[in-house]
Amino acid sequence: MKLAYWMYAGPAHIGTLRVASSFKNVHAIMHAPLGDDYFNVMRSMLERERDFTAATASIVDRHVLARGSKERVVDNIIRKDQEERPDLIILTPTCTSSILQEDLQNFVDRASIISDSNVIFADVDHYQVNEIQAADRTLEQVVRYYLDRSQRQEALDQFVTDVPSVNIIGIFTLGFHNQHDCRELRRLLRDLDIEINQIIPEGGSVEDLKNLPKAWFNLIPYREVGLMTAMYLNKEYGMPYISITPMGAVDIAECIRQIHKNIDTLASSSSNKRVNYEPYIDAQTRFVSQAAWFSRSIDCQNLTGKETVVFGDATHAASITKILAREMGIRVSCAGTFCKHDAEWLKEQIQDFCDEILITDDHADVGDMIARVDPSAIFGTQMERHIGKRLDIPCGVISAPVHIQNFSLGYRPFLGYEGTNQIADLIYNSFALGMEEHLLDIFGGHDTKGIMTKCLSTNIGLIWNPESLLELSKIPRFAREKVEKNTEKFARQKGIQTITVEVMYAAKEAFST
Amino acid sequence: MSVKIDETLTIECETGNYHTFCPISCVSWLYQKIEDSFFLVVGTKTCGYFLQNALGVMIFAEPRYAMAELEEGDISAQLNDYEGLKRLCIRIRRDRDPSVIIWIGTCTTEIIKMDLEGMAPKLEWEIGIPILVARANGLDYAFTQGEDTVLAAMAHRCPKPEFPLRESKETLPKVVAFPSRKKDELDQYVIHPSLVLFGSLPSNVASQLNLELRRQSIKVSGWLPAQRYTDLPSLGDGVYVCGVNPFLSRTATTLIRREKCELIGAPFPIGPDGTRAWIEKICPVFGVETQGLEEREERIWESLKDYLDLVRGKSVFFMGDNLLEVSLARFLIRCGMIVHEIGIPYMDKRYQAAELALLRDTCIRMCVPIPRIVEKPDNSNQIRRLRELQPDLAITGMAHANPLEARGISTKWSVEFTFAQIHGFANARDVLELVTRPLRRQRNLEDLGWTTLVRKNNKFETTHLAHKVDKIS
Repeated sequence: MKLAYWMYAGPAHIGTLRVASSFKNVHAIMHAPLGDDYFNVMRSMLERERDFTAATASIVDRHVLARGSKERVVDNIIRKDQEERPDLIILTPTCTSSILQEDLQNFVDRASIISDSNVIFADVDHYQVNEIQAADRTLEQVVRYYLDRSQRQEALDQFVTDVPSVNIIGIFTLGFHNQHDCRELRRLLRDLDIEINQIIPEGGSVEDLKNLPKAWFNLIPYREVGLMTAMYLNKEYGMPYISITPMGAVDIAECIRQIHKNIDTLASSSSNKRVNYEPYIDAQTRFVSQAAWFSRSIDCQNLTGKETVVFGDATHAASITKILAREMGIRVSCAGTFCKHDAEWLKEQIQDFCDEILITDDHADVGDMIARVDPSAIFGTQMERHIGKRLDIPCGVISAPVHIQNFSLGYRPFLGYEGTNQIADLIYNSFALGMEEHLLDIFGGHDTKGIMTKCLSTNIGLIWNPESLLELSKIPRFAREKVEKNTEKFARQKGIQTITVEVMYAAKEAFST
Repeated sequence: MSVKIDETLTIECETGNYHTFCPISCVSWLYQKIEDSFFLVVGTKTCGYFLQNALGVMIFAEPRYAMAELEEGDISAQLNDYEGLKRLCIRIRRDRDPSVIIWIGTCTTEIIKMDLEGMAPKLEWEIGIPILVARANGLDYAFTQGEDTVLAAMAHRCPKPEFPLRESKETLPKVVAFPSRKKDELDQYVIHPSLVLFGSLPSNVASQLNLELRRQSIKVSGWLPAQRYTDLPSLGDGVYVCGVNPFLSRTATTLIRREKCELIGAPFPIGPDGTRAWIEKICPVFGVETQGLEEREERIWESLKDYLDLVRGKSVFFMGDNLLEVSLARFLIRCGMIVHEIGIPYMDKRYQAAELALLRDTCIRMCVPIPRIVEKPDNSNQIRRLRELQPDLAITGMAHANPLEARGISTKWSVEFTFAQIHGFANARDVLELVTRPLRRQRNLEDLGWTTLVRKNNKFETTHLAHKVDKIS
């Protein structure tokens, strides 16, 4: 048992639902009590999703506790099958069903005999894995299910495409800037004359999964989700994969070189498909992306040696740390991640680029670290943004978990060459704001503050009695001034000398008409 | 399965597959209301994740609640629950020094049968802070019912009255006579047995209701809950109690059975009609004749005129998730709206009897049929009905709001009614402010021609857009 106020990664079933609802025409059924379908709210609100989220709950209530889910889960699966005709239904366990230890696999087996849809049971354990790991597993499970099935039916076409092609694996719903990153990756691959075979899970169809092996290689933009699938495809179908995140000019170049190597290997027989990306990398880095020039420009000189702290998921924390240290010459005093399961990888990636590494999923540890380091800027999640607010340190948000403002309508990729521009802006703006604040402090702040009076009317003759003052103090601060002004105005109109609680509410009624 | 209340009012029951908030969400408003409390939710990551997302920015303001997150060892009983909770509660005492710690039991504690009620008194004695237990879990309850479980637990901790009230009640008629009372002597109260109101309201709304009763010379002796745990009202034999919210049936039952209080069954003070009916039920109990209520209600209706013009004749559909539905529907019908359906998670026909009767009377008065009341609704059936009815407004949870808007149906998030100030005469306008907001926005945007914003092949679609395109071409 531990005391927790806040968590970086959600429970396992959220990961499963994120993958399920990213595919087209896949329905997730949660075996959960009332209120656990909160995922639908998040998707509808954060992503501003226009469609009903394809996730429903098969409610666990007192009756279920007493008698077991019996027919209920099977009925709900079959009902959903008839109503929506999905390609696939995923039965999703939650923390509650983990404890009940009902044989959900058995329900799935029974339901799949009757229903037209395919039905699978998401193989995730609530107490073993978190949201991120569960998403990774579920994606692999779905891909494996469909490839195995095609193989059994001997419907699997393993011939690769004529032209170089790629699968992008790991773009999905509620991911940090995933939609923009996806667009940027498409552009990058188009520039490199590489065809996109499939993007999964976002917008993908499970019926098309059997064509995954037709691509020349797989690209895994984020470590957190997709790596398991890539390893599986590598083992079973010999597909190479690239897991270098194309974030920051150096890593984009590295990623493109890896692509080059893979294409060269596969295209060795027909030499006309050999490629040379070096001129492209050079032109993009020096002239298309502004970031390389920006870090040499005089503005960025001011950032030299400034201390920063980086915290986020493994992918973003590693990339941003490298960008800050290697590409902008900024000192990273401490970098860390809440992806404890991927700690070794992160350490290996960033040990040369920061003074200290912090692996924790307790936000209080992160807060203490930030307070101790006292950096000029923080790059972290929404939690670090709030820690920064409390400590008066500016913060740029670089990783999930995030709020609605991080699901921007405008184009804000973190990956690719446009991504380098966005990141440069984000980093520079965080510091510039900090600098302005600092200067204001040194020169005594805004000097108009003390002189301005907010109220131009005279208060002569009006007395607030003790109860009414107490009542006034209970009104939330942002509304208090308005209430005070309106009440006094009302009192003056009515010729009232002493303001009582009654006068206050009479005024409220008078002014709300 | 339907139950008849009388010839006209029927309550249907569906499958219970609907979206609502988990009842543990009540900590979000209760920790703010009870200033010296600390809420400890004993549950899993799922509960924590829900609170973290539902409470939004509140979470960063060092709230007085936390999760006691159960790990695998707790579930398999390898760890000692009592020692675990003791460790956390001692830490809470050290960091926050609350006057009361409230343990919120969840689905997990129910399933593993963690004996919170048994552990609480022992630990309370050991650490010296009162510990209440409320089982606000999703297996049994929906959303606002969480508050009901907390208040029912709290009722047991209310002090007993200092002198027996039953006797003073018998002498009541003699004392009540105040014929010479001047109208403006509002500070004067009739002498009457003590009246305690129950339901958590923002403190200024509570004082508005106190004030309304003071106008009728009735003194409110206390509220359950009070602003501080240490100020809980005295309860006991002969104390009259009255609810201000429709979801407090367990609390009401506890007050009657365990605390021997007398319950005044009344409609709830939501909307000017509800507020008036509420006062009119309370006053006669104490032998008081109401004064100036009719004029007061009339004045409020007049002040709402601009909003009433906007809602009159418009139709509304409650999908149901917070139990305020019947009271809101009754008010909106009185405003001239047509209510297609009142979805509601749970209907206590005894506790809500007066409200249901007022609903029936209001329908008769406004010459509209009584809407169907659907207990434990099925969201997927409801969406089918919404598609057929095409109401002007759907009052629904956030899971369905955006998808419905994209299909050209205006929505209002039902959660906002829980957090807005909707009680009493003075706040009637706030209810209509909420209800009309989507209608006003729609009016502002209606000429643009893009009311439905989903693609053609989608199953649930209206034809507004197709019309416009035809006209242009």
